[in-house]
Amino acid sequence: MSTGTTKLDVIVSDVVPVNELVTRFHFRRRDGELLPTFSGGAHVVVEMRDGERTRLNPYSLMGSPLDTREYTISVRRDDAGRGGSLFMHRQVRPGTEMVVSYPVNLFSLDLRARKHLMLAGGIGITPFMAQTAQLAAEGGNFELHYTCRTASLGTYADLLKERYDRRVRLYHDDRDERVDLDRLLSSQPLGTHLYVCGPSGMIGWVRERAAALGWPPETVHFEHFAAPQPGAPFDVTLALSDKTISVDEQQSLLEAIEAAGVDPPYLCRGGVCGQCETNVISHDGKFIHNDHWLSEEDHRSGCKIMPCVSRFEGRSLVLER
Amino acid sequence: MAAKSIISRPVYGTLSPQPGKHHLFIADAEGALAIADLAAKAPADFFGGAHIIFIPGRDSKYADVLEALKPAQFYLGHSFASALPRLKQTLANAHMGLRLYLAGTEGLIGQAMQAALEAGIDHTSIQTEHRGSLARRMQCVHCKGITENVTTQPATCSHCGLLLLVRDHYSRRLAAFQGVCINAEDRSEIPPTEEVFR
Repeated sequence: MSTGTTKLDVIVSDVVPVNELVTRFHFRRRDGELLPTFSGGAHVVVEMRDGERTRLNPYSLMGSPLDTREYTISVRRDDAGRGGSLFMHRQVRPGTEMVVSYPVNLFSLDLRARKHLMLAGGIGITPFMAQTAQLAAEGGNFELHYTCRTASLGTYADLLKERYDRRVRLYHDDRDERVDLDRLLSSQPLGTHLYVCGPSGMIGWVRERAAALGWPPETVHFEHFAAPQPGAPFDVTLALSDKTISVDEQQSLLEAIEAAGVDPPYLCRGGVCGQCETNVISHDGKFIHNDHWLSEEDHRSGCKIMPCVSRFEGRSLVLER
Repeated sequence: MAAKSIISRPVYGTLSPQPGKHHLFIADAEGALAIADLAAKAPADFFGGAHIIFIPGRDSKYADVLEALKPAQFYLGHSFASALPRLKQTLANAHMGLRLYLAGTEGLIGQAMQAALEAGIDHTSIQTEHRGSLARRMQCVHCKGITENVTTQPATCSHCGLLLLVRDHYSRRLAAFQGVCINAEDRSEIPPTEEVFR
């Protein structure tokens, strides 16, 4: 029961290499109709059918929300990951038929804001591509600060500069350019909302500084999809379904539960939305929590797990599922 | 303390020191004591970055309690209306990092919040604490006139003269409770008047 994830049958209409790590994919509906509308910050879950296994990865929609003839995503190749991005880069071609979910937005703009201050790191730029297009179309007030490793890895940096000129500021790690964060956060007019998307270290740093400098929590928005990490295989008992399953090295716990024919709710598959939260009945071992949903207290208690991104090491784990 | 009845009826909390660079307090009468209670829980240099706008009201009490906190800026107003230009100017020049604390009567909290909302602050980001009178600021839904300091149920509109039921239905945009004609069918029917909002 994949809550809110009605499926769309799409065909890959274009595959565009952007730089040495990032490739962009364009999807259109197979029946030629328009795709459902979405708002800046939304993502879709892309089903990757790779022989025996199916991976489901979330990607932010980066096209303009004003154009629903196609959806576009940008995928950064992760050579050490579980293979989803490698599958996209190596096997998906124009004409490939795929299935994606309806768009879901867990990182939407608060349109009551007087100003939108955006901080992007690396491939975290993608939701801002859609958000800036949405805001620019309605005369919205925004400012984007984008940090990338090098100019050649600054995905869409040139395009953003060309579109929005001085509303975009670039920082390059290899030139030791750093956001002067405290000064930036202290000089924003009242009614500004802050949006941050990038590596988890960057999100943690920005949230910590914003809180310390007096930004109320409801004005700070962030998104970080944790990719499920590979790890040691482990066995799990699903008490309600009366099944014992094995999670292999490259599989997430959620994928293993689904492979056993049990259909838990999910939305983002990246540890953000909270849909697949699962109660732990008993355990003997240690949890490897990778989500951004449960509180630290929940993590310590050992009573809950987010099966989309978290794993387990030890003798036994029994879930209420 | 006001009880929750319907969802629009504001509920108030207890002021507590928030992280931030600047702290703006607006209070009337006994609201000063809520600020003094907060001061007991605040870090030592807290009021060095504070601005207090205080409307003591007729009794002129408590101003010395607030001055003793040594805020960076302290302003005594004769009425909310006379303090409003200063409040608006302060908000217009403020940056993110300013925290807002409102304490005192519902009318004061509501009107200061109205100015803050217009300046782009979300109502959930504002600290509030109710102290003192429960008198209400009421909008007549028929003539749209606002009557201040309503203490009775029903109450007479000071503009059109209709006898109004003072509802818990509250408008943050207007900073007022809604008053609806209580005897629209038969104006000769006059229900007893009780003083309920003291």
